[in-house]
Order: sequence, then structure tokens, then C-alpha cells
Amino acid sequence: MAIAPVLSLAWKESRTARRRLLLYMSAISLGVAALVAIDSFANNTQRSVREQARALLGGDVSITSRQPFTPRVAAALDSMRARGVAFADVTTFGSMALADRTGRTRLAQIRAVTPGYPFYGQILTAPSDAWSRLQSGRVALVDPSLLISLNARVGDTLSLGNSRFVIIGTLVSVPGDVSVASAIGPRIYIPARFVAETDLLQFGSRSDRETLVKLPPTLSPGQFTGRLRPVLDSAGVRMRTVAQTEFNLTQAIDQLRDFLSVIGLVALLLGGVGVASGVNAFVMRKIDTVAILRCLGATSWQVLAIYILQAVVMGLVGAAVGAVLGVLLQLALPHVLAEFLPVDVHVSPDSTAIITGLLVGVWVALVFALRPLVALRNVSPLQTLRRESDAVALRGARVDPLRILVALLVVLSVAALGIARAERPLQGLGFAAGIGAAVALLYGAAALLSSAARRVVRPSWPFVLRQGVASLYRPGNQTRSVVLALGFGVFLMSTVYQVQRNILRTVDVKLEASRANVVFFDVQGDQGEPLDSLIRAEGWTVVQRTPMVPMRIASINGVPASKIVGDTTKGQRRREGWAMRREFRSTYRDTLAPSEKVTAGHFHTGGTQAPALPAISVDVAVAHDLALALGDTIVWNVQSVLVPTRVTSFREVNWTRFEPNFFVVFESRALQDAPHQYVVLADVHGDDAVARLQRDVVTRFPNVASLDLTLIQQTVGRVLGKVTSAVRFMAGLSLALAIPVLFSAVSATRRERLREGVLLKVLGATRRQVGRIMLAEYLLLGVLGSLAGVILSVGSAWALTHYVFDQPFTPALAPALVVAIVMIAIAVAIGMLTSRDVFRETPMAALRDA
Amino acid sequence: MLEAVRLTKEYQSGEQRLAVLHDVSFAVPDGAFVAIVGPSGSGKTTLLGLLAGLDVPTSGTVTLDGTDLARLSEDKRARLRGAKVGFVFQSFQLIPTLTALENVQVPLELRGDDGAPARARELLARVGLADRAHHFPNQLSGGEQQRVAIARAFSNAPSLLFADEPTGNLDSDTGHHIVELLETLNRESGTTIVLVTHDLALAGRAQRVIRLADGAVVSDSLAPAPSAE
Repeated sequence: MAIAPVLSLAWKESRTARRRLLLYMSAISLGVAALVAIDSFANNTQRSVREQARALLGGDVSITSRQPFTPRVAAALDSMRARGVAFADVTTFGSMALADRTGRTRLAQIRAVTPGYPFYGQILTAPSDAWSRLQSGRVALVDPSLLISLNARVGDTLSLGNSRFVIIGTLVSVPGDVSVASAIGPRIYIPARFVAETDLLQFGSRSDRETLVKLPPTLSPGQFTGRLRPVLDSAGVRMRTVAQTEFNLTQAIDQLRDFLSVIGLVALLLGGVGVASGVNAFVMRKIDTVAILRCLGATSWQVLAIYILQAVVMGLVGAAVGAVLGVLLQLALPHVLAEFLPVDVHVSPDSTAIITGLLVGVWVALVFALRPLVALRNVSPLQTLRRESDAVALRGARVDPLRILVALLVVLSVAALGIARAERPLQGLGFAAGIGAAVALLYGAAALLSSAARRVVRPSWPFVLRQGVASLYRPGNQTRSVVLALGFGVFLMSTVYQVQRNILRTVDVKLEASRANVVFFDVQGDQGEPLDSLIRAEGWTVVQRTPMVPMRIASINGVPASKIVGDTTKGQRRREGWAMRREFRSTYRDTLAPSEKVTAGHFHTGGTQAPALPAISVDVAVAHDLALALGDTIVWNVQSVLVPTRVTSFREVNWTRFEPNFFVVFESRALQDAPHQYVVLADVHGDDAVARLQRDVVTRFPNVASLDLTLIQQTVGRVLGKVTSAVRFMAGLSLALAIPVLFSAVSATRRERLREGVLLKVLGATRRQVGRIMLAEYLLLGVLGSLAGVILSVGSAWALTHYVFDQPFTPALAPALVVAIVMIAIAVAIGMLTSRDVFRETPMAALRDA
Repeated sequence: MLEAVRLTKEYQSGEQRLAVLHDVSFAVPDGAFVAIVGPSGSGKTTLLGLLAGLDVPTSGTVTLDGTDLARLSEDKRARLRGAKVGFVFQSFQLIPTLTALENVQVPLELRGDDGAPARARELLARVGLADRAHHFPNQLSGGEQQRVAIARAFSNAPSLLFADEPTGNLDSDTGHHIVELLETLNRESGTTIVLVTHDLALAGRAQRVIRLADGAVVSDSLAPAPSAE
């Protein structure tokens, strides 16, 4: 077959159809835009991570621990100094900061650094030379948000424990820090040599220690870590190299890309559905032309080639528009996600992402357009002599191998795209199957509606309503395509909101469930009573004073913890390493707290005596991670004293209540003589009163930190607000995707509706009656499509919340309802907009057309 | 030569089998001008479709220059049409998205003929539309559209031209000119013309008239002016 004539005819014949075809193909533009933006953003971010990995870590190796280095570890590190290895430390812990001038306090994150920190990367400050002056004396560099909280300024004095520091500047950026974290705990950098005199790190205080390592050229990171690993591992000290940092970050970015890609891929496939529906309408218009071409000597393959070429070119234009949009969109993504990223992302057009987006977009457009296009092969030249209905004119053999092949191509393409974008092939297949199921369900719902409409309509109904309902099942109806487009849009948006609601619900701190609104912690054993008295003296109520004892697991059922952690025997139920190695902060009491519910066994009530082991109750999730069973014995290392216990119950804890909650609760007799701290809850009314009390407490007890619930809620709200913005962006994108697809689906049958509407006018219908008929049709379509989409979204949101986020799920009907109403309104608006010619055309048009 | 032998065409209509044509036989020599007449529903259009290879008979044969059309695949029939057959339709059947010149070029382009534009211009001039070459069908009158269709029908120098009610949508004067054009081209190029019409006056201009009624040939005369109904 000669190509040139086909090309020439394809170009010339497309003249009046280009705009329409482009409209149909624009359905994939947004999908391509999403993919290009997401891939470009991920590639740019990964490139930035690679470029900045060393600066992110701050050294060649990072060594971290939650407790002071053992002498063995310290000696091992010291031995490396002789080989030219340099070390710089940062100790991080939480503490109250008191602004002397204003008297205001705030819980902050103290970072005490030694000279030389960090070895790589630059901590930017205002003024710019402030970092170089940090080690000059008792000075501090703080987050700007801290100055706001304390109503302080550069030059003011900050009290940290028993020591005072002058604020010499603010932090602009710290490599590797996610800026949203400063909303939770603003940072204060001080010289490490003054930590001891602050007296903040006492018994039970939680602190993180990081030692940065700078290696000489003669020693590689691999050699360094290889030499130290046996010593560090046995002490529970972790090491991380630049390569590992890079790997961890790029892995996290890959996961983010995979998640965002799901949205992009769904957008693309939804666009494909829009293309199919639009091209279907296009095909109907071309039956006459094809019949003429066949008369004039065109073979079926020449005809197919002409229109496939048109579809490919328009698909390329649609994809190109999408690629340009994507490049622009990727400029916005770093700003949307800036506060969650640990690197400065240098944005530049990514040619791989653009080409991939283009190719995928053209392929999807072609594959979905092929389905209606192949029917053109069946158009007989006889149609020039005797024109039959469109459906009959396009009808082919009952079993058409090419149609089957095209259907298979669509299925394989969806599966291949899903696998290519997912983390694991099975996940991709699952995703593709899920999309297929959603499409099938929506199609089924549409078919059900058509069938039900036919049965339900009654002669006694008003004419307008009957006509509107009849539109749902008449030949050439748009029910399936509109319900699919609409339902999918609702499904996407509603899923996003439902998942968001359920995730955010788990971090929603509840005040009304607790009588307290201020918590004091790091209260030493001998400070409990005095603090209690101070609070009461100011006229407030101490709601609760809870003892807390830090400890670690020494053994379970007689097997030492170190052996359990190192046990890789298959078939054994694994005890999670993090749970075995962590420091537990436990309490002791013989009654259940209001935030707890026993799920197995019996909660201890005291009264047991030696030699019976003291009872403990374990949080059910931790019990699962530790692979515990009722009756197991656990020996705890409590400040080098071994305390054996027996597990007698599991509890479900409501962690969102503003109360001290514990993974493990001991029977009182086990720990009441152990060194402990307190957590004290108070009920204080009024913002000024809270600030005053916090100031008085930190003045008298500099090591005691405090938090008021309002601040927690505000902080959490600020962080969640940023998450919500990102989610709203995705929901908005989903809405933007649904509209062109819906437009394409609705406008595809515009000609038929125009003809019908004008004929009705010939027969005496008023414009108002015609308008009401169309309104009835679109309302019904909108309601059904939205309902089907909402139902599907509950299922998908459950699956995502349960399997991906591992959280409990409750349907959030309010956002689903809002989404449904919005989409119904959009469907009706688009339907009426595309049908406005019905009102404008005179009845003469129908006669002329006949 | 075009020859139809015992042509029959039946359609399934619900439970019934409808015979639209039964046992039609005739031969058309090269260069002839033949009219097929009959009232509405007589099977004229069905016969035309079979003779032109647009459809296949239920039984019987149609041979064009010795080739049995029913034995060819749809695409082979298309190629044969492109090489040997021209069409003129009642509703002109121009491709609306192509200009007059481009419409005339289509059969030549489909064959990969490089001289298509020149030949098309020549034909348009022949039918008196050289100055309308770049107009679209909706910019032309009915008569002009039909002249473009005639130019297109002759573009591939067909040995056989089928005209289905070529004057049906035209006023009498215009229709008269169209038929004159067909006659002239028939004389000059020797193309066999098969004209289907219900217009007896138009049929009278042909050299031979085959009359159909109820799907069968009721008369086949080489003389003009058959008796009126």
C-alpha cells in the first residue's frame, strides 16, 4: 500500500475534523501533564539528592545512638583518630526555652554541636556569619518560628535549663532538615560544651546523639564501617554512609513518585476512555465519507490507515500539549511539597520524562482510538446508495479477530502501564485489575440504569420526565460513556478525600476526652511533689501524676535480646528488631486507664506476691511486633537491675487522648521502688495562665518541659494543613481530569440530541420543555454516575487505608456527598452547554436535515 | 463488457426472506449507454449495487471484462472499481472536507498516480469548473457539485460508469446539461454508461432501456421511448 496518497488524503480529509479530534485527544493531555510533572519532579529531586547527598549527611559517615556511647564504642572511635579521622558531634534533645525579656516559653529542639559540625554542607543563617560565631561563647542560633513564639528577637537572652544563651541569629536552612518539622519543635543550636551546665540531660531524659565522621583520603567509608561494625552493632549504635543516605532518600522519592504516579496513570487511562468515546462519535460522522472512498477504490486498510494517521497526529498534539503543561506543572510541585523535602530541588526540564510522557500519551490515545476506528473497515460502499443506521453501517462479523486483538491490546497496555509505574509487578497488576474492575462496575451500573429506566418508566408520568428517562435507554444513548466518565471522576476525588480523612483522624488530638490541657514531663522523682504544690498554689488542678520508668528488654522467655535480634531462622515468628532494641518508658499501676481496653487476658489488679512474677499488660500492636503470647515472661533491664515479669493481658490504647499512654503497664509492686520520672497533667484555664504557669515551672525547674494542648493542636493543624493543601491539589487535579473526559463523552452524542431536540420543536415542544427533558436526562446520569463513583470510592479508600497505610477505616460520607453534588452540577452544566444549539436551531433545520 | 447472469438478491427481514431481485440476466457491450428504469421498489438500486460490485448476489453472477465480481474479496473489488469504474450519485456524494479539485483527484491518488493534480484540473476544465477548483462542496450549487462528481467519475478513465439518478436533485435545465455532459463523455471516451432512473424522459436518451418491475426485467429494448405506465 502506497503511503504517500494515504498521508495526503489523511491530511486533507481531516480539515474540518481537526478541532473536534483535538478536543477528544485533549482528554489525555492532563494525564500526560501529570506523568511528565511527576517524573520530572522525581528525577530532578533524585538528581538534587545525588548532588547534595554528602551535604545532607554532613560527613562521610554518620554514627547515631539514643544513649551515651559505651566505653568500648568510645575507645573504638578514638582509635580511628590516630588514622586521621575527624569527628564532630551533635546531641539533640527536647527542652523548654525561656525568653528572659518576655517571659514566654516554648518547647524546643536543642542541638548541641561541637566545633567542625557539619563537615559538608552549609548551614545558612541570618546574619550570614552567625554560624561561624556559634562556638565563640554562650550563644544560640534559633528557628525564626521560635522568636515568634517567644516574642523575642536577635540579641535577647534565652534560658535553657540553668544556663543562658544570647541569640546571635536565626536559621535560614539546614541541609537534610525538613522545614515542616520546625513547626513541631523549633531548633536551637548551642555549643556542645555548655550542655552539662544546663543540667537538662538528667535521669530518663531522652536524647539523640550523632557523630559525624570525616575520613582521610586513605580510608574509604567501606573500610571504616567494616572495621567498626562489630563493636557498634553489639552496642545498638547505627552507622550510615553517604551512599546509604542517598539510597534511603532516593528510595523515599521513588515511593512518593509511585504514589503520585497512580494519580497520573489513572488520569491517563481516564483520558483514554474520553478519547474512545470522542473518536466513537467521530467515526459516526465519517461513515458517509468512508463509503464514498470505498466506492472510489479505497481498500479497507487504506481507509483505516487514513483515520489512524489522523488519530495519531492529533494524539501527538494532545500529548505535546500535555507535556508542555507537565513541564510548567513541575515548576509548581517543589513549592507544593517544599516543606516535606530534605533537599533544595533544582528544577529543569527532564527530557526523559518528557519523551516518556509523549510516547505513553500517544500510545494510550492510539490504543483507545483504535477500538472505534477499526469498525470503519466494515463500512460498505453500498451505503452511498442506501444509507442504513450508523450501528448497522458499522456492524462487522460477529467474531472479528481485529477487534479482539485491539481489545487485548487495550488490556495489555493498561497492565503494562500499571506494572511499569508500580513498585512491584504484582502491585502494578493489582492496580490494573482494580482499574479494570472499576470500569467494569461503572459500565455494569450504566447498563443496569438503562435497563431499569426502560422498566420503570410509566405512561402516567409527565411527558418531560418520560422523555428524560427514555433518553437513558434509546438507541445511541450516552449513558455508558457519561456514567463512566462521571463515575470515575467522583471515584478518584472521593477516594482522595476519604483516605485523607481517615489518615488525619488518627492524628487528631482530642481535648474533650481529657480533663487536662497542660502536660509537664522530664519531671525528676524528687520534683514531683514540689511541682504538684506549685501548680496547686497557682490555683490549678493536678489531674494526674504518672510515674515513668525507662527500661529495655533483657530477654523474652529466657532468650537474651541480643540473640533474638540476631536470629534469622526461618519459620520462627519474628520479633521486630526495633521493638527489641528500643527504650521503653513504662509505668506502674493496678487499674486500667480510661484510654485503655483489654483485648485479651485479665488486667492485673495488684495483690500478687513473690515468687509469682509481677504481671504486665502490653499494648496489642507492640505485642504483635514482639510476637508475644499471654503467659510469656519478659525480663527488663531497669537501670542495670533485671526485673522479671509475666504477660497477663493485652490492651488497645487510644493514643489520641491527651493523656500519658504506655506500651507496657507494670503491676505496682514491680517498679514502685525503681528510679523514675513523672508526667504531670494539669487543668489550667486561659492562655495567659498557661504561659504564666509554664514560665514559673521552667524558672524553678529548668529541666522540666511542658506542652499545652492548644499549641499541640495548632502545630498539628499547621502540619496537617500543609498535607491537606497537597491533598486538595491532587483532588483538584482529579476534577480537572474528569471535566475534559466528561465533555468528550457528552459532546460525542451532541448531533443526535440536536436532531431530536429540533424534531421535538417541529412537533410542538416549547424550548422550556426541551430544556427540562435534557435536564432530567443529565440529572439522572449525574446522580447514578456519582452514586456509583461514591460506592466504588468507599471500597478503594478502605483498601488503601487498610493495606497501604495500615490504619482503621471509617467511610467519610460528608466529603463524598460534596464531591458527588459538585460532579452532578458539572455534568448538568456541561450537558446543557453542549446542547445549547438545540435552543438556537429552528425547526427548519430538522426538515432540511431530513 | 458487463454481464449479469441469473442475478438474484434476497434479504432476511425478520422471519421472512425477501427477494428483491430474481433471475435478472443481460449483457452490456463496451461503449453502450444503457438506462435501467422502474418504479420505486422495483430493485433498480439493488441491481446497480450488484453490477458495480458494491454488493454480492445471493445467486447468479456479474462479470466485468470476464472477471466474476462475487469471487473477489471486498478489497479486490475496491481496487477493480478504482481501476475501471466511475460513479455519479443522486446526492453527488462529494467528500465535504475536500475541495473540488481534491475530490476529482481522489481515485487517482488512491492508485498512487503522480499526475493526479494535472488530470484533475483538466477534467474540471472539461466540465466548465476550472475557476471553482478550490471551492468546497458546500460552496457549490447542486449542478456544480454534480459536474464535479462527473469529473471525478471520469478521472480514472473508467471503462464503465454507473449513474444513480444523476438528475434527481437538480432542476430540469441543470439536469438536462448534466445528461448532455454524460452523453458527450460517453461519445468521446467510449465509456460504457449504465444509468439508473425513474425518469422515463431521461431514460429515453439512452440507446437501450431495461425496465424492471418487482425485481425482474419486464422489458429490454434497444429502442428509445418505452410505453408509459
